[in-house]
Formats: sequence, structure tokens, C-alpha cells
Amino acid sequence: MSRSYLPHWMHWLGSPPNFYRFAGAWQPWLMAAALASAVIGLYGGLVLAPPDYQQGDAYRIIFIHVPSAWMSLFIYAGMAVAGLAALVWRVKLAEVVAMECAPVGAAFTFITLLTGSLWGKPMWGTWWTWDARLTSELVLFFLYLGVIGLYNAFEDRRRGARAASLLALVGIVNLPIVHYSVVWWNTLHQGTTVDLFGKSSIAPSMLWPLLVMALATHLYFFASILGRARTGLLSLESGKQWVRALAAEQSP
Amino acid sequence: MVTIEPTTGNSVAMPNGARIVVPGALAACRALLGRDFVLAWRRRGELFLPLLYAVIVAALFPFALGPDPRLLQRIAGGVLLVIVVLAMLPALESMFRADLEDGTLEQWLLAPQPLALLALARVMAHWLTTVLPLIVVMPLLGALLNLPAIVLPVLLLALLLATPLLVLLGAVLSALTAGARRSGILLALMLLPLAVPVVIFAAGAIAAAQSGLPYLAPLAWLAAALVLAIVLAPLACAAALRIAVES
Repeated sequence: MSRSYLPHWMHWLGSPPNFYRFAGAWQPWLMAAALASAVIGLYGGLVLAPPDYQQGDAYRIIFIHVPSAWMSLFIYAGMAVAGLAALVWRVKLAEVVAMECAPVGAAFTFITLLTGSLWGKPMWGTWWTWDARLTSELVLFFLYLGVIGLYNAFEDRRRGARAASLLALVGIVNLPIVHYSVVWWNTLHQGTTVDLFGKSSIAPSMLWPLLVMALATHLYFFASILGRARTGLLSLESGKQWVRALAAEQSP
Repeated sequence: MVTIEPTTGNSVAMPNGARIVVPGALAACRALLGRDFVLAWRRRGELFLPLLYAVIVAALFPFALGPDPRLLQRIAGGVLLVIVVLAMLPALESMFRADLEDGTLEQWLLAPQPLALLALARVMAHWLTTVLPLIVVMPLLGALLNLPAIVLPVLLLALLLATPLLVLLGAVLSALTAGARRSGILLALMLLPLAVPVVIFAAGAIAAAQSGLPYLAPLAWLAAALVLAIVLAPLACAAALRIAVES
């Protein structure tokens, strides 16, 4: 038996039928926890937290906006790690997970852009400005769309997943370069116009709902990725024995 | 494992006792460049299409914005930069597609020379045949858009640094899409995030030259990025080509 550097449970979990059962067992609990913490976080943010002394109630959009922005980066990193595993070790599960990350991440990025723009209209007086952060987030959105588009452009899904994983890795090298070049570009032209939080640190009554919402979005992401990976595996492995056994089990 | 002399090549014994000469890496690159130049020359009519496209787009701007020389002068540098990027796009798509379809890429993979080096040779041939002509006609397009004479050398220098960088990045994406059903707009969508920093620095140099400021810093950044890309992009391109060929 060849020596392996991975712990045994990783091999066990990497096998599609095992992952299918594992994900099926965990997914409802994670989703329930995500919903519960979202309810707590939203109640804390929308009801308990006091209005901001400058922005009034409009600031409350950060309880959606900021966790989504965190998730848009977190999911991209997760997608790149899964993509690396898919390219180096050719783990089928990693391919599926990397590709299922992309639509979820793109959705969070879109929510970030949308809520930011909704907040920007009353606060800055404009829907969009070429601020460094906004521009980086827009570029991130295009990176996600590129990964999704490349994946769907292939007949063979596994080849598409590997190609899109490589693109995700190229993107993660590119992302800091984009961010710093955009900061440089913006300061060259007009200087910083907007500082999102200013120098004042955020009040504890506003911070805890934000952190709970961040927890909720993370839990939601894991629950959703488990569910998506399950269906992804089912359709990828539809000819395999374990899927047939599963189908025979469930059809009367 | 035999090490191959880069320039002269090695004579290698085959299992049946015969000896064959394996060309070195540089000789292979030279052969590849020669083949690409001959192919480009045989289809030289196609080489003019990007130029024509650039001239048409440059001529459309005065119609759209009005012929005010001061306005044109102010935007000329940035407009020309964007025109070059757009004119490069259609040719990028076909960089590896024909070679994948007729099986040449499989020979690249089997060849004893490193795949990344062959990819770099292809990038060089592509840049010389499809992008260099665009840079050569830039003075003409500059005249159409009233580009100030002092900005022209900076524009040319910025393009000489930025376009190889874009072709290197585009080669990775082109290799990724070579095995896909369709690419076209997809390639543009994938290139946009990668092109953002390149365009920012090239445009930064042009804008600085236009307002009489020192413009060397953004050019130095472009040069640094180009050096980095010459090393890294062929490796990524080789990985992408392997994905395109296998299965």
C-alpha cells in the first residue's frame, strides 16, 4: 500500500457516494443554523442597533452589504483552493465544489454591488463611482462570470471544470494586482473621495449584528455548496453504480 | 533522460539501434517561428483586417464626439489604447484553435522540447504578425485624432510594453478556450479583468506625458509586469494547453 500524506477521512470524503451521504446529513442543519443566525443578526441590525448619527437608518444596509462583500472574496479563495486540488490531484469532488462555488460567489458579488449602489444613491448622490473598492468588486464579478462562462463552454464537464479552475487560479494572482493598480489609478486622478467607515471604529451595538450576519452568510454558503455539490455529483456520475442503486432505492 | 543541447540538438539512440537527431529547444522555436511567419504571409490579406478595424473605429470617434480638435486631443491617447486592445481581441481567439483541430498541439505535447517554450515562441510570432502592424500605424491614427506630437513616443513605448503583456495573458485564455465550443465574447469577458491593470498603467503613462509630468514610473511598472509575464504566462499557457488536448 502506497503511503499517503492525506489523512484517511479526506480520502473517505473525496469518494462521491460518501460525500453524497455526508452532505445530505449536514446540509439541513447548516441551513437551519444559517436561517436562525440570519434572523438574529437582522433583528439586531434592523431593530436593536441605534440609527447612525450621520447616516440615520440608511446605514443599516451594511448588515447585508458588508457580509456579502466578505463572502465574495472568501468564496473566490475557496473556489481557487478547490480548483487547485482539482488540477493537482484530479479529485472529482474538488472539480464539482470549485464549479459550484462560482454561481454562489457571483450572486454574493452581485448583491454587494447592488446594495452598495442602493446605498450610494442617497449617501453619495450617485449610483456608481469609480472608487477603488467598487471597481475591484466589479472586476471580481467579471472574474466569476468568466469562470462560469468557460465552464459552460465545454461539452465535457470535467474538462470544462479543469479549464475554469485554471482560470480561477490565474484570477487569484490577478486580483491583488487589480486592486492595487486601481488604488494607484484612482489616487493619481482625484484622490480618495469616500472613506467607507472613516476613522471612527464601529460601535459594539452595530458590530455584533454584523458579525452574526457574517456567520449566517458563511453557514448559508456551506449549506448551499453541500446541496449544490450533491446535485452536481449526481448528474456527473449519473451512469455509475451507486447512483443507480440510489435511484432504485427511491423509486417505488 | 537525455539532456538536449539547446542550439545544436542531440543525436539519440532509438531502441532498434538507429540514431535520430533531436533538435534543441532554440532550433525548435526557430522552426516554429519560421512556420508561423510563412503561414501569416500566405494569408497576408487577413493581417490587414485588424488595421482596417482600428482605422474605422478611430474615424468613428470624431463623428460621434464632434470634430473639436481640443476635445480630440485630450482623449486621443486613451482612445487609441482602447482601440488597440479591441483590435487585438479577434485574432487572439484563433491562436491555438487550428493547431488543436489538426493535431499539431498533440505533437507539441509529445515533443522533447518544453511546452512552455513552444508556447512562448507562438506568442512571439502572434505579436509580431498581428499586433506589431497595429503599433506601426499608430502615428497615422494619432494624426487622425489630433494626438499631440510629444505624446506619440510615450504612446508607442507604452504600447510596445503593454501589447506583448496582453498577448501573453491572452495566450493563456486562448489556450483555455481552444477546446471549448465557442469563445468570441467569452474571451473578451475573461480578458477584461486581466487587462484592467495593463490599461491603467499604459493610460497612466500617456496621461502623465500629456500633462507634462514624469511618465517613466508607470512604464517601469509595465516593463516589470512584462518580465514577470514572460516567465509565468508560458507556464500557465502550457498547463492550459494540456487541459485542451487531453481527454
